[in-house]
Amino acid sequence: MSSLRILVGVKRVIDSAVKVRVNSAQTGVETANVKHSMNPFDEIAVEEALRLREKHGADTVKEIVVLSCGPAKAQETLRTALAMGADRSIHVKTDDALEPLSVAKLLTKVVGADKPDHVLLGKHAIVDDAHQTGQMLAGLLNWPQATFASKVDVNGRTLEVVREVDGGLETVSAALPAIVTTVMRLIEPRYASLPNIMKAKKKPLTTVTPADLGVEIRSRLQTLKVVEPPKRQGGKVLASVDELLDKLRNEAKVL
Amino acid sequence: MLNHAARTLLARRAVQAVQPTALGRFYAAQRSGLSSLVYVETKGSGFDEGALNAITAARALSGPVTAVVAGSEAAAVAKAVAKIDGIDKVVVAQDAAYDHALPETTAALLKALQEKEGATHVFAPHSAAGKNVMPRLAALLDSQQISDIVGIEGEDTFVRPVYAGNAIATVKSSDPIKVVTVRTAAFPAAAASGAAAAPEEAAPAVKAESLSKWLKEDVVKSERPDLAAAKRVVSGGRAVKSAEGFKIIYELADKIGAGVGASRAAVDAGYCDNSLQ
Repeated sequence: MSSLRILVGVKRVIDSAVKVRVNSAQTGVETANVKHSMNPFDEIAVEEALRLREKHGADTVKEIVVLSCGPAKAQETLRTALAMGADRSIHVKTDDALEPLSVAKLLTKVVGADKPDHVLLGKHAIVDDAHQTGQMLAGLLNWPQATFASKVDVNGRTLEVVREVDGGLETVSAALPAIVTTVMRLIEPRYASLPNIMKAKKKPLTTVTPADLGVEIRSRLQTLKVVEPPKRQGGKVLASVDELLDKLRNEAKVL
Repeated sequence: MLNHAARTLLARRAVQAVQPTALGRFYAAQRSGLSSLVYVETKGSGFDEGALNAITAARALSGPVTAVVAGSEAAAVAKAVAKIDGIDKVVVAQDAAYDHALPETTAALLKALQEKEGATHVFAPHSAAGKNVMPRLAALLDSQQISDIVGIEGEDTFVRPVYAGNAIATVKSSDPIKVVTVRTAAFPAAAASGAAAAPEEAAPAVKAESLSKWLKEDVVKSERPDLAAAKRVVSGGRAVKSAEGFKIIYELADKIGAGVGASRAAVDAGYCDNSLQ
């Protein structure tokens, strides 16, 4: 089998266990002093790349490169991916707000320079829940895309991907180079062991800026306001099935 | 910002707009600027009903609403789509290359139609197909897509949930073409109330390679309504305490024909599948 180089995009996000609060100015959510970690779908993407190497061998999967776009702290996320087992990392450093289209444009330039055979991304970031970046990158590169992948098999230069769709699964095939975005199913991302965390400190981390890549970052969306969702009514503990039926039929009127 | 070609096109259409025919009215409405495409995903000889909610969203704006129907049985599907209230025209692309909402071909078709129709907005439901196709289209149109909207406040202003629905954001787009996916539960389904069917027209042939290939599907044929589309949902949280405990939730849901949902805590604890969250 010919050799592959895999690029995995990762993003530093507010940790999924944190109870997100809208800030008092209603311009966004509170991010200061809030725990951040790697977007859970991106952890799956890194794990998927590592498992492809374990399955097919290091002669086939020659290199796993991780990339993140964002401020200086994005390097923490890259170090975590390196500790999990990635070989080197690229930090596209910017303090500007990044929309999916901007990220896709940055990734397009990195792909053009680095020439990976296969790009893995999480299906969405638990921040803006946009579900866009992978597909946008595929469109800009004119590569095939296989999104919401729950299983990926590599056969030579062809991928066979099982995708989650509404109501079930479908299987598609695509020739490399291709973009795959991952869902939370089937595989558990590994924890980095302490020796691997130490080894990660020696692995290469290259920093570039959008200007280096020739990309101008411009936000197209202006956030006018951010509010909390409507408050849920308090729950009630009911005494009997009859009471439940009565409330569902007469109060909530759903029966 | 309109380039010279776009300004010329609008000027030409302004001259044509004196005609009293339906087509003339169509072009006249185009002068007001707004015009929407709605992607209707075909499923064999039927179509994904999420399109009905996306059509309602499109109708919130002024200007014509054009449905795009593509696939090996598009002609048959188009007849049904043409009867939906609010559809001004149906563009039909009868070609197996668009079956299963293959993103590479479908996005190329939608891009060609956006150019041809001068559409300012392209809508689709935030379904598996919508999520797969629309961002690719948005990138081809150099537009920052707005996903999973729950409200429309203007032709450039949309409301959408973020952080898994823990916050609701109102965003304003500066892109000339807006690519939007719609949360179907937030917009009522357009009806087909029996008014005259909209005119149909064939889509231009679009040169787009089929970069990926659909092999097979494994659809869970369930009577239970899909969570995102269900009118009623029976939901379980951490207090259910186990996967066994969730059986009661399923039984009640099936008895009243409701969908089944779960809190993140229940899903994380393994009581039920992630797709119920």
